[in-house]
Amino acid sequence: MSRGRRWLGDHLILAIGLLVLVYMFTPVFVVMLMSFNDPASRNSYSFDGFTLDNWRNICGPFQMCESLTTSLQIGLLATVSATLLGTLMAFAMVRHRFRGRSAANLFVFLPMATPEIVMGSSLLALFVNAGVAGILGFWTIFIAHVLFCLSFVVVTVKARLAGLDPRLEEAAMDLYADLWQTFWRVSFPLVFPGILAAALLSFSLSFDDFIITNLNAGQEVTFPMFVWGAAQRGIPPQINVIGTIMFLVAMGVVLAGELGSRRRRA
Amino acid sequence: MSAAGNLPVGLVDAPTARSQGGRRGLAGYLLLLPGALWLLLFFVVPTVTLVATSLYDPSGSLQTGYAMTGHWQNYVDSIRDYLPQIVRSLLYALTATVVCIILGYPLAYAIAFKAGRWKNLMLVAVIAPFFTSFLVRTLSWQYLLGDNEVLVSVLRALHVLGPDGHLLATPFAVVTGLSYNFLPFMVLPLYASLEKVDPRLIEAGADLYAAPFTAFRKITLPLSMPGLVAGTLLTFIPAAGDYINSELLGNPQTRMIGNEIQDLFGAGDYPTAAALSVSLMAAIVLLVFFYVRRAGTEELV
Repeated sequence: MSRGRRWLGDHLILAIGLLVLVYMFTPVFVVMLMSFNDPASRNSYSFDGFTLDNWRNICGPFQMCESLTTSLQIGLLATVSATLLGTLMAFAMVRHRFRGRSAANLFVFLPMATPEIVMGSSLLALFVNAGVAGILGFWTIFIAHVLFCLSFVVVTVKARLAGLDPRLEEAAMDLYADLWQTFWRVSFPLVFPGILAAALLSFSLSFDDFIITNLNAGQEVTFPMFVWGAAQRGIPPQINVIGTIMFLVAMGVVLAGELGSRRRRA
Repeated sequence: MSAAGNLPVGLVDAPTARSQGGRRGLAGYLLLLPGALWLLLFFVVPTVTLVATSLYDPSGSLQTGYAMTGHWQNYVDSIRDYLPQIVRSLLYALTATVVCIILGYPLAYAIAFKAGRWKNLMLVAVIAPFFTSFLVRTLSWQYLLGDNEVLVSVLRALHVLGPDGHLLATPFAVVTGLSYNFLPFMVLPLYASLEKVDPRLIEAGADLYAAPFTAFRKITLPLSMPGLVAGTLLTFIPAAGDYINSELLGNPQTRMIGNEIQDLFGAGDYPTAAALSVSLMAAIVLLVFFYVRRAGTEELV
């Protein structure tokens, strides 16, 4: 009896956990299903018939692929910049002592604790007050994206770095490696998984962002903004093709990273 | 450790771990400088500008320019006009956060203690739905909750919903969307702090005749508080400011404060929009302050 109850206790929570995962994936399955949808009308969002047309003609909807290109460009640029700036900050905050470190910690945390609508309004207020409202567009979106990715990069890389023994680096220095060599040969490879995770996170945050982008985009249209506009008019099934592709590519990157780290460990 | 395994940790982890060591000198400042400048220029300065904008004379416009008159009345007016939306936003966000705890805690617990070698895979699975775009995912809830789809039909057949009851375009749909979209932000920090709980503590509790639930309440739950607090903040804050779910899944009666701020900016009423933004932020800061004090965690940042 008691053994039965313990088995149930052990597996019940796992079962609930798996159910929650199924729930989390349900909309993803819907996205995949809808990528094969042959919609009967523009107004209803239901599965009306199977077709491969959406996959054959991904760029069919007017200006969707242009918006996608914009999003990819901003995503890549913002990811590279935020990852670079954030990694430097994380190194400073974990490996260096300086005045105001706890203030710096708070400072990095604050953007994560600010709702997007507030952050977006602030930036817009800045751009408008600075008299540059006319240049709202690609670069203002870029500035905003680097901003909100930065904190997540710092936090992610910091976590990885804090888990590493600083004596490894000291040992390298004792063996006459200079700072540069120590960094590239010891610190960087060890922190790399954290940096990769941060970069992936940044890209998906940037690619996904709507609220801040929408306020600061001017005439530029990113993919989420395209979807937003489409949602008011009738949703082209191709957005689900893009959703599916994004999902598969990201899973591919994650799994490749996983395999890579398995191999390194082996 | 894998890329996926790294994601959750930082939100509760990290801060002061080996902070005793570390080099002194200029290098630290130099490394910090570019990022700090970015934060200063594009976070601190804009926040000040936003507060300034909220005090402009509302009779100005974008074309004619605004006069800075320290017009406090903006706050009184905007809060009076939009109080229902502010309250609604906080209520929806609170409900969504509670739903996230109910769904997220068992999942985080299962990953931390029961997943065994599937741990990494399950973590990846938590993050994976992230990768289909936020808006596309939210739109797929339009389908799932739609009037002609399975869920509504089943609920109608079970008489949970009336014969012409709806799910879509109701507060229920908005809260469902909010809690769905921010669930990973609850699960990951919870997992990060649950993972650090030493299972031997729970065994010790059991040895001392604590029933499983008592052991959970006295040992696991208190030790997971930092994760729970971080998760609550990371769910509640973005949910309170969100307007995507309300717009795509709700109706005109479910409008949240984010909808209003966005529309006011769109209409060019900057002082009111800014005053609402600042009020939302102030409300959140106050709530967070009292919550964190009550929850008694200071290791958050």
